[in-house]
Formats: sequence, structure tokens, C-alpha cells
Amino acid sequence: MPSKPAKAKKEPEQPATRRQQAQAVYEATREVIGYVPRKQASQDDYDRIGFMSGLEVHQQLKTRTKLFCRCPAGRYNKSDDFDAEVIRHMRPTLSELGEYDGTALMEFKTRKEIVYRIKHGTACTYEVDDTPPFPVDREALDISILISLLCKLNIVGEVHITRKQYLDGSIPTGFQRTAIIGVEGEIALKNKKIRLIQLSLEEDSCREISDIGHVRVYKTDRLGMPLIETVTYPDMVNPGEVKEACDVIRFLNRSTGLVRTGIGAGRQDVNVSCKGGTRVEIKGVAHTRWIPELTHNESFRQWALLNIRRKLLDTISDTPAWRPGHEFLPYHFLNGTSFEPLKNAKKNKWKVMAINLPGFAGVLSHFTQPGKSFADELRDRLKVIACLERPNMICSEDLGESAEDGFFDKVSELLCTQAGDAQVVLWGPEDDMATALETVEERCRMAFEGVPNETRKSFADGTTIFERVLPGADRMYPDTDSPPIPLEDERIRQLGSNLPTAFISRYQQLKAWGIPEDTFTFLFKRNLYPLLVRCIEELDMDPVFTGTFFGHRVKWAEGRRKPSPEISYEVIFALFRYLKKEGLQPELAYRMLPLIFEHPKMDFESVLNVLKFKRISKEDLISNIPFLREKFRKISISQGEGAEGRWIMGQLWKMACGNMPLSELSALAYERA
Amino acid sequence: MSEDLFQGYKGEALQVLRRFNVRVWGQARIETSRGMFQGTVLPRAENDDDQHIVLKIATGYNIGIDVRTIAAMEETGYKKANYKIPEKQFPVTPGLPNVKLFGTGGTIASRLDYRTGAVIPAFSPGELYGAVPELADICNLETEKLFAVFSENMGPEQYKKLAVAIGKEIEKGVDGIVIGHGTDTLHHTGAALTFMVQNSPVPIVLVGSQRSSDRPSSDAALNLMHAMFTAGHSDLAEVMVCMFGPTSDEYGLLHKGTRVRKMHSSYRSTFRTIGDIPLARVTRKEITPMHPQYNHRRKDRNVKIIPTFDERVTMLYYYPAMKPDILDAIVDQGYKGVVIVGTGLGHVNKELYPAIERANKAGVHMYMTLQTIWGYVHMFVYDTGRDMMAKGIIPAGNMLPEVAFIKLGWALGQTHDREEVRKLMLTPINDEITEREPYNGYLVYQGGVPEVEEFVRKVHK
Repeated sequence: MPSKPAKAKKEPEQPATRRQQAQAVYEATREVIGYVPRKQASQDDYDRIGFMSGLEVHQQLKTRTKLFCRCPAGRYNKSDDFDAEVIRHMRPTLSELGEYDGTALMEFKTRKEIVYRIKHGTACTYEVDDTPPFPVDREALDISILISLLCKLNIVGEVHITRKQYLDGSIPTGFQRTAIIGVEGEIALKNKKIRLIQLSLEEDSCREISDIGHVRVYKTDRLGMPLIETVTYPDMVNPGEVKEACDVIRFLNRSTGLVRTGIGAGRQDVNVSCKGGTRVEIKGVAHTRWIPELTHNESFRQWALLNIRRKLLDTISDTPAWRPGHEFLPYHFLNGTSFEPLKNAKKNKWKVMAINLPGFAGVLSHFTQPGKSFADELRDRLKVIACLERPNMICSEDLGESAEDGFFDKVSELLCTQAGDAQVVLWGPEDDMATALETVEERCRMAFEGVPNETRKSFADGTTIFERVLPGADRMYPDTDSPPIPLEDERIRQLGSNLPTAFISRYQQLKAWGIPEDTFTFLFKRNLYPLLVRCIEELDMDPVFTGTFFGHRVKWAEGRRKPSPEISYEVIFALFRYLKKEGLQPELAYRMLPLIFEHPKMDFESVLNVLKFKRISKEDLISNIPFLREKFRKISISQGEGAEGRWIMGQLWKMACGNMPLSELSALAYERA
Repeated sequence: MSEDLFQGYKGEALQVLRRFNVRVWGQARIETSRGMFQGTVLPRAENDDDQHIVLKIATGYNIGIDVRTIAAMEETGYKKANYKIPEKQFPVTPGLPNVKLFGTGGTIASRLDYRTGAVIPAFSPGELYGAVPELADICNLETEKLFAVFSENMGPEQYKKLAVAIGKEIEKGVDGIVIGHGTDTLHHTGAALTFMVQNSPVPIVLVGSQRSSDRPSSDAALNLMHAMFTAGHSDLAEVMVCMFGPTSDEYGLLHKGTRVRKMHSSYRSTFRTIGDIPLARVTRKEITPMHPQYNHRRKDRNVKIIPTFDERVTMLYYYPAMKPDILDAIVDQGYKGVVIVGTGLGHVNKELYPAIERANKAGVHMYMTLQTIWGYVHMFVYDTGRDMMAKGIIPAGNMLPEVAFIKLGWALGQTHDREEVRKLMLTPINDEITEREPYNGYLVYQGGVPEVEEFVRKVHK
């Protein structure tokens, strides 16, 4: 599609449908703001829009019990497996400094009924806020101090438990108990240092089961598990760097061996802004590989919102006086439409409201994210704040499914609109209409300011949707139920005396050994570095062989069949030690590994029996070569270079594997070939 | 003066603040052997140690700095927090009932207290309206702060003042009375007011909260709405305790002041009617009576205020092998009434008999109640019971121990005549002793039993 200038919205030459016009505006505005797909973006693009990003990396700690009660940690229930339900409503309260928090007021507006599902085995009266907290779990406190020391943070003299308000219901108390362990630290990436603001120890929240209309359901199994949050300064200047920093923090956490792994054990919130934009927090990013696309798109979304602001301020001179007009549509209005959601609204006896947005033509279809426009910003907020389930809205500039063009002509007429206006039509229960109207107006007004402070939910495709208003420091309150905990120098010294080597020096050591870089992620993710060092130092193994064995073979074996839950990587060390003691070559581990993963209890001798392994002397193996060479010449399957040597190795490797270095055998097989 | 500048700091921490010339609410840069810290110096709770300075850092979190690690400190600014619940004029709506709210303290409305690090009560119609604006749709409100004490500090003096104040309001024509109260002794006050304020023509509702109102999931707001609705709109002219029915935010229960007891240290649904069923269920919109009998709201103002109390009353919680010297000491100290909380059907060991006889001779009034909480004292079942009655102990039926204590103090405040006291004690004023215990008056379900688990899964706790 050829691009058009941004203001091409005015009457095109041949009559186009509303959808085509909207599509044209979407594409034109995408071009105007200079959006480039991430794969084609360079540092220059990010510098142009002033890309800036920081991280909040959450990591669950491997403790026996939860942080403030003695329920077991790390036990999960299926959503429909529960013993009781408790209902709560949340009300905003004042912060310590006497302010109400914006998020709190928004959540109050949504009038949500929160249902908590409780399973006796994983939650007690503490989780549902019917018992005050028990003393903080010492194990968790020690782990968080240890990791703070690894991050070079300044450790506080006294830990103060603080309440951080969350009115979405994700925690039944309405606040998370959290405490700062250290401030002002740093981590090293390959080519730069990233500064850290702080590390806190906190309790994990509930897992959401559903959120439909005015009812949100949570389960309480994960609630209260100890979690650390590492917060960086916004020092990252491109999406790749954000991912790298996130990986480094996660690997550093894992290098202690004291944190949980697996789905949901590590999550991150990514803060992004562009020049002139505001800090927007993308919540709960489950995989670091999603980070580049998400941060890329968010920085351009903000860039697009700033363009919308310019556009609006050009056309609307008196923004404080700006008012949307609205009318409820009588049902006969809907008679002609074949658009399902509208027919449905009528069937449900819902209210249907049409809103005129003066001066918003060409804004609703303005590009914001790939496949999304400004109208989606309204839709997302209607769902979250006014509790209108999607589809909840159409507009005069829809990119996707919408009502017939004629419908909006009638709406325009009813609302007495002018050229340059845009219209939205939304529907839902009557009780929610006032909030819905307020929500639309509020978001449109924010467009005059630029980028609203908010938290956004991420999707695998790299786009995000509105989740909540971004909470500020106003939601903090001292926890009157918990006394402060002093941290003595002696204890910090003890914890600091046994630190694992810093992540960056591990990285450099792997490179010095010549281990291929494609193994690093797996090695750090599974915290295999300490084991690797032991193999090399204690068993005198070849670093490249061992590194590749872990980084490729073990990874492959895990991917192929799920390892038995009893398996520990320690078994691999034992295997190498066994092979060394038996005078066998480490390559034999290639063949043994899959079996060991499947049957961790089988002893190594039995594994060799299953594999029908025979001990054959080097001389006997080599003595086969002349015979096979003769054979090859007779059958002579292929004539290419090295074909003979390859064929001979093919015949011999299984027999030879473990009995002599394969490289040695191969050299002999290829000789004279 | 130093009180204001260094709120709560003492000893070494105070010295350090003075030495570096840094005030509370001052923004400070602190150099320590653990690195640099920056933030606002906050007041310190009085009972915390003198080794740390509390700092609010830029992200809103509080941390403590060990004074022994501090090398240098510099004040770079000053900003005092102004903690105030937004106050708004409580609107007057014609047609809505007029309710009077008496404040005694407790967590129904509260704010942070730096002195103790705990929460202290905040209270005025404006503050309440700012925090719970829904109240204005329920009634017109007038408030009066009688005392500001936590409920464990409530006692006979307060009961009497409260009773007198209630009497005055009723005479003035109020439509209902709510008393904000800490929860720990809410049931003691419930009993006291039942005896001291008799024949009230309007509802008298005691209310508290198990979670302070500075928490988003506090039960304070909903309890307050339930209580105001009951006081303004219900037909129940009783002294009642209004607190959560289930721990869920669903409905409140109205318990008779004489039959209610706090049964859990921290649950929201901690108050239970014992040996009977509650008076009614209340939501924000309606009141559903449960009890077949109750006193109805009246137009007249014929309330009877009897604000008496003799504080020479005590309770004796019996334990196996209790020695008689305990009871002797009570008598020697001049106590005139003893409520014994006995085992089983109302027993104490034989070793006490001589002491009981001695107390009886000294004119001490002794009444028997039960550790079992539920059930009646039955002193005729075993010989020992008959022995004790012969020695002067009077069985108090199914009166709850705390209620018996309050009633004995109230009765002795009027007379010390043995027969008069006995008559006052055993003639129920409002079901403190009931003629019968309904079958559903005792329901303590046992968790783990399959049918109970099934019930709990379906019905919100």
C-alpha cells in the first residue's frame, strides 16, 4: 500500500470505506513517526527517539516455607482444586505521607469483588489476612543479603518491613509486605556497567484465575512465597541491552543455587520511556526473549502518542474546555445492523452509548503498536476500569470488525458532529456506563498531555495492553505489625565470606577456556558453572569438551525427554568420575546420558550393559582398520573425498566410543584416504 | 523542644543526629562503612533501640541505618509530612435518620502514630466522611469523642460515662447510637451497657474492626456502614455488637450484648453469639432478623440509666490443684465479689472448700460460671457441686463468665444485700441467662470432617 501524508484523512478521491480510510491513516502515521521493525532498527533509531529502559527483576527464593507464615513454599494447586473461598473488597487508604495513590483510586472505581480460593495445604489464616505476620523467614533474609552483596549493594543497617499497596486484589491484605535489603549497587554486562537502585525482599502475590465483569478470582498457593526484586536504573539504551541486563541479573541470582527455577519462578517488569515520554511499566514478562520486541514496541508507542499530542494541540486550542458529547442509542437504532456485538448488547438489554470526540478524527486510527491504534487504548481501559468485557467498543475509524458505515453516519447525525470529530460507540450494563464515559473522557484528555503513567500487560507477539495506573511512592506505609530487624556487621561478613564468583568473571573464564558462546545461556540458566569447574579441576577434563557436553548434549537430552524429577546434575560429575576411574574415555558419556536421565537410579555398570558396551583394547580397535579399508574398496558405496574414512568411522565409532579417544581413531581412519 | 526536632530518638542515635546537625524530617546524605544512603529522616518508635536512624528513601521504602557505621551525615533539605485524612463536611440529608457516634478509641478509624509505631484513632464526622463517603447515604451523623483509649483500657469508669452520655442522647431524640470501640473488650462493654442502659427505645450498636482502617482490606468501613444502617434504620431496640458474620466482605451479624464473645485473636469474624443465635443479619441495604424475639424500636424516650459499679469484683479461673491461698488472698484484699470460672459443669477441687467457706463467712458473693463457654452450670449432678452450693457458691446458669463479672460489679454497685444481689444476678435483664439453649446455639464445626469440608467449600467463611 502506498503511503500517504498524515493528514490524508480528508475526503479521498474515490469513495473509500471507513475501514480503508482508517487503514490508510494507520499506515501513514506509522510512517510519520518513523516506526521501523525491530530487526531493522539500529542504535541511531533508538537514539533518535531517546529509548531508555530499566528493569525490576523478580526471583523466588528456594526456602522451605513462605516469608511471613510457615506454610510450605513452592506447592501449587490447580485452579478448581480448593477447599474454601473468601471474598474481599479493597478501599484506598492514605500513605504514610498522607496522600492517596492514583492506582488505588482507579481500582476503587472499578468496584471489583475479589474471590480468593484457599487450599488447606498451601494457605493458612495469614494468607487471607486473618492473622498478623509471623517473624520473617531467616533463610530468605540471608539469601537476599547474599545476593545483595553479589550486586555490590550497600546493605541497610536495619530492615524495615513496609506495606506497598496493591488494590487490584492480588494480595488479600491490599498490600505487599516488602523490605529493602540494599541500595546503590551495580552489575557488569559484557561492555558496560548497569547501576542498581535497590534490592528488596518481598512476599509473592496470588495467581489470577479469571477476571470477568466485576468479579476477579485468585488462588492463594503462591501468595506469600519469598521473592527478591532487583531494580536497575534506566541505564539501558536499546532493547538488546535490556535483555542482556535481565539475563545477567537472572544468572547471577541462579549462581547462588538458592533460588527457585521453573515457570513463574523468575519474572520481570520492564520500564520503558522515550524522549518526552513517561515511565511505563510492562508487567510480568515471563521470558527474557520477549523483552527486545516489547521494549521496542513500547518506545515507539510512546513516540506515537507524542505525535498524537502534537496533532491534537494543533487542532484543539482550548483543551481545558474540551468536552465529549454523548447520547444513549435507542434500540431501534440497532435494528439495521448485522454487527454481532451490537445485536448482543440489545439482546442483553444493555445500554449502548455513542460518544462524540471533537477534533479526534485521524487520532483513533493513529498507529500505536503493530496492528493497534489509539482506539485500542480506549478499549483496554474500558475493560479494566469500567469492567466492560471485550468487544466493548467500536469507533468511526476501526481497523478491524465494526458496524456498517451507514451506522456511524446515523450516529454522527444524532450527536450533531462536525468534520474533524470522531465517534465511539460502547455498550454494557447500565451501572457501568457512568464510569465508562468518564474513562473515555479521561483517556482522551491524557492524549493532550502525551503518555499516561501506566503499567501494561505483555503478550508474546510483543504488544501490550493497559493494566493499571502506575502507582507511585505514595502507596508505601510502614508495617505496624512487624518490628525492624537489625543486620549486624558480623552476619554480613559471614554471608559475604562465601560468595560465588561474580557472574562477569565466570563469563570471561568460559571465553578464556574457548568454550563456544552458544552454550553460555544454558550453563548459566541451569547454574552448571560450578559443576563445570569441578569437572575441569578435579577430574582434569578438557574444558571445551566438558563445556560443550553440558551446553549441547545435556540440553539436547533434556529437550528430548523430560528428565526424571529425582535427577540432579551431580550425577554427571559422578559419571565422569566413574569413566575416569575405569580408564574409559569421556565420550562414552554421550551414549550413557539419555539412559541415565531416564533411569537416575541405575548404576553406571548396568547402563553400560544395557548399551551392550564391551571393553576393547586400543590395539584391537586399530587392527580393524586395514580390514575395513579393504572392505570399503570392494563395496565402494561412494567415492567422495574422505568417504572411506567416514565409512570406517561409522563402522567403528560405537565400538570405540569410550575405549579410545575418537579423535585418535578418526585420524587413523582418514589416513591415506 | 528536642521532642519536636528528634521525635522518638534517644541515646546514641540522638547523639549522632545532634552531632551532625540533622533533624527528623530532614533530607540527609549519610556516609557509612556500608556505603552511601540518602533519604528523609523519619521519627522513630519509642520502644525501638537507640542504634538506628530511620530513613525514607526516594522509592518510598523505609530503611534503618546503624549509627555505629555512620562516618558523616549532612542535611540537604527539610520536608515534614502532613498526615491527615481528607476532611469533608458531613452532609445533612433531610429524611435520613439522625445517628450519634460515640468514639472511645480503637481501630475503627485510625492513623499512624510514630511514638509507638502503631496506629492511633482518628475520628471526626469530617474525617469519617472523607474515608467512608457512603455513610452520608445512610444517615445524618453527629460524633462525640468520649475517650481515646484502646479497648483493653476500657473499664467501669468508662462504662458509666458512656451510659450517662447515651441516656442524654436518647432524651434528646436521636434515632440510634453507634459506639466505636476496640474489639478486645467489646463484649464486656456490650454487657455493661445492657445493664446500665435499660429499656432503650432505639438501637445501641457497638462496632469495631479487626483490621485497622489504614489497610485497604480493612473491615472498618463495612462494619461502620452496617452499624450506622442498624442504628438508623433497624427495628431492634437492643444493645448490640455489630461485626463481620463471615471473614468475607459479605454481611455483618448483630449479636446481643449479653450473649456475644470474641472467639479468635485476629479473625474478622471473631464475634459469635454463644448458646443462642444472633439477633439479625445486616448488609448495606437490609436487616434480616434471625432471632424470633427482640425488643422493638419505640417512639417514647423512657430509658432507664443505672450507672453503678463496684470495682471490688474479680474473676478466678480455676485450674487443677489450685491452692486455697489464692482465694484467701482475694478475700483479704477486700474483694466483695468473685466470679469463679470452673471446669466441666462448674467444679473446683476439694482443697478450696475451706477457703470458700471462709470467703462466704466474710460476705463475699461467689458465682459459678464455666470454662467450657457453652452450656449451663449444673451443680446438682455431682455431690461436689451440692457441697459447693452449701458453702455459698451460686450457679449462674449459662451466663458467660465475662458477663457475670460485669453484672456482679454492676449489682454490687447497687446493693451488698445477699438476697438482693442474688435476685439481680439471676433475673435476666436481656438473656444473659436463657431458659433454654436452642440446638443450633452450639455450632463449632470440626474441620477435616468430609461433610464440613463440603460445606466450607460452598459457603463463604
